[in-house]
Amino acid sequence: MQPTSKQRLWMYETMVKSRYNEARLSATYMEGKSPLFNMANGPLPGEMHLSDGQEPCAVGLGAHLTKDDYFACHHRSHAQALAKGVDLKRMTAEILGRKAGLSEGRAGHIHIFDYEVLFWSSGIIGQNMGPAVGAALARKMRGEAGIAIACIGEGGANQGGFHEAMNLAAVWKLPFICVIEDNQWAVSVPKAKSTAIASNADRAAAYGMPGERVASNDPDDIFAAVGRAVARARAGEGPSLLELQTVRLQGHFMGDPEVYRPKAEIAAKPEMDPIPHYRRKLIAAGVMTEIEAESIVARAHAEVDEAFAFARSAAEPVPEDAFDKVFV
Amino acid sequence: MSFVEAIAAKPVQKNRNERKLTIAKALNEAIAQEMRRDKNVFLMGEDIGILGAVWGYTGGLLAEFGEERVRDTPISETAFIGAAVGAANLGMRPIVELMFVDFYGVCMDAIYNLAAKSSYHSAGTFKAPMVLTTAVGGGYSDSTQHSQCLYATFAHLPGMKVVMPSNAYDAKGMMTSAIRDDNPVVFMMHKNLQGMGFLGTIQGAIVDVPEDSYTVPLGKANVARDGKDVTIVGLGMTVHQGLEAAKALEKEGVSAEVVDLRSLAPLDRDTICRSVQKTGRLIVVDDDYLSYGVTAEIIATVTERDIQALKCSPKRIAFPDIPVPFARPMEQHCLPNIQKIVAAARSMM
Ligand SMILES: Cc1ncc(C[n+]2csc(CCOP(=O)(O)OP(=O)(O)O)c2C)c(N)n1
Repeated sequence: MQPTSKQRLWMYETMVKSRYNEARLSATYMEGKSPLFNMANGPLPGEMHLSDGQEPCAVGLGAHLTKDDYFACHHRSHAQALAKGVDLKRMTAEILGRKAGLSEGRAGHIHIFDYEVLFWSSGIIGQNMGPAVGAALARKMRGEAGIAIACIGEGGANQGGFHEAMNLAAVWKLPFICVIEDNQWAVSVPKAKSTAIASNADRAAAYGMPGERVASNDPDDIFAAVGRAVARARAGEGPSLLELQTVRLQGHFMGDPEVYRPKAEIAAKPEMDPIPHYRRKLIAAGVMTEIEAESIVARAHAEVDEAFAFARSAAEPVPEDAFDKVFV
Repeated sequence: MSFVEAIAAKPVQKNRNERKLTIAKALNEAIAQEMRRDKNVFLMGEDIGILGAVWGYTGGLLAEFGEERVRDTPISETAFIGAAVGAANLGMRPIVELMFVDFYGVCMDAIYNLAAKSSYHSAGTFKAPMVLTTAVGGGYSDSTQHSQCLYATFAHLPGMKVVMPSNAYDAKGMMTSAIRDDNPVVFMMHKNLQGMGFLGTIQGAIVDVPEDSYTVPLGKANVARDGKDVTIVGLGMTVHQGLEAAKALEKEGVSAEVVDLRSLAPLDRDTICRSVQKTGRLIVVDDDYLSYGVTAEIIATVTERDIQALKCSPKRIAFPDIPVPFARPMEQHCLPNIQKIVAAARSMM
């Protein structure tokens, strides 16, 4: 299954938007944190996990999904959120702790919740697997359209709940897809030190479902593989497992100096960046010209800038707001 | 033995210069010394090897002791904490690390049904001498799943000791005791006291620490400051808030005594009651959730033993019964602080 030109342009634009969004977030994050870096300070306190490098996974997946598809994501979720169509203004406001944010400032960047497009992300590794399987169950029991996706890191795939959820999805033949974003690192632990097999796609055999690994970090290849899994889920044929090899271009979280990462790998980051590759590819294929590419970039940046302007001028919650919404 | 007594009682080292350490460094030293002393002591956890643990206390251990004894694990807490119990049953003394107390939800069975009950339902034969380390506390906008304390959750469950030092001296001595203890010990580290480069540290936590190995007993509270008008009970971070509040109150002519619990299980009820007998007033400060928590247990202890000891109703300051919110104005509003303690004390005079 190949993406159309329109889909490819959307994938490029969404990747560019996501990357620029991360750049603006990281600049905002650093405000008030120098010369002394203290996570608690500045307009954007707390932890910050950036998704630079992993955009192809997000767009290859997002291109197939509708707002009726339930998506439970990991902690590095900004690119996935954008590709799923999460409201960018309210997401940015949430990350900046504003009342206009998706969760009115209660959640922050690790917990992006947008019910309009059925997207959420979590801070506990592997926690999203069970709920995504349950969402697929609800769709099946209620006879509704819509499938469910859980996205997890290769590190997270060693969590016990991962295996339980995979088996459950398979035994009940649910419209579910598990996507493993394999960026090779779980904080400081490389995949080879944590995982007994090289490809997690091989694990699919243990659950009696198809498993596929895409190693290129290329949006078109990912689009094709996801397309097969989505078609299977929508047709009621059951779950699939995909492992997408990708790259973490930043530290685990902001402030991580990556002392554990081989120097050569750090030096190779620009070469591993998927966005310039895809841009060249689309231009070479005649899908867009240099000029069109630039106007896409400008449009994407403008959208992000608008979201930041909205978020930065939005009011903070008042202290007493903390007590609302504990119960519905 | 209190902090002050322990320092007084420690063997005099000739030509010893004062050496102020962070809690992270003090823990590191205790673990290294115990690993040298006992080859059964080993470490397991996420990012404890080359990274030296997210909370900074295992640096250099991989280089000294090698991968056999300093084991980075997969993100498989149910497996490696369960494995610690089995290894401990057969004579090893694992120290298992899990970054944030919030994460224990995924592997709680291995903790409260396995480790904590191992001795009891085997009549003491399947011992589980293990230390579970974890970081607690918020105040830096890390939101609902990375800011909790959960002291009461752990202290409620019989069969494991639950401790937390408020300064580096206690940290080293308590870690040494925890490693040598034949029971499971949940060893909590308060993030705001730990001494991390990426987060602020309360300076009072960074104190002089002797090079030589020593122990601070588990289950003993410490009177961190003497006073006669009101007793402020806290642990970890709230001890330092209590000490600052006591300084402010002193200017108003109120003499506050500050008790550092250091251990929630076992709980040193005698030291608490002795202090309240003297002062007649009690404030308990806790950054864990309010209801069914540490504050209630301390107040129940005092009133049960001798309600006459109290000149007025006790007060508690704790995190309200809501998840920890992300945005600064909401989170800061909910946390205990010096002003809240001072106001409570004033209202009791
Ligand atoms: C249950 C649990 N254990 C540990 C952590 C701490 N932690 C946060 S992210 C992370 C690494 C995750 O690696 P991976 O799943 O590969 O995703 P990546 O960060 O590489 O995107 C760890 C260990 C956690 N949040 N939850």
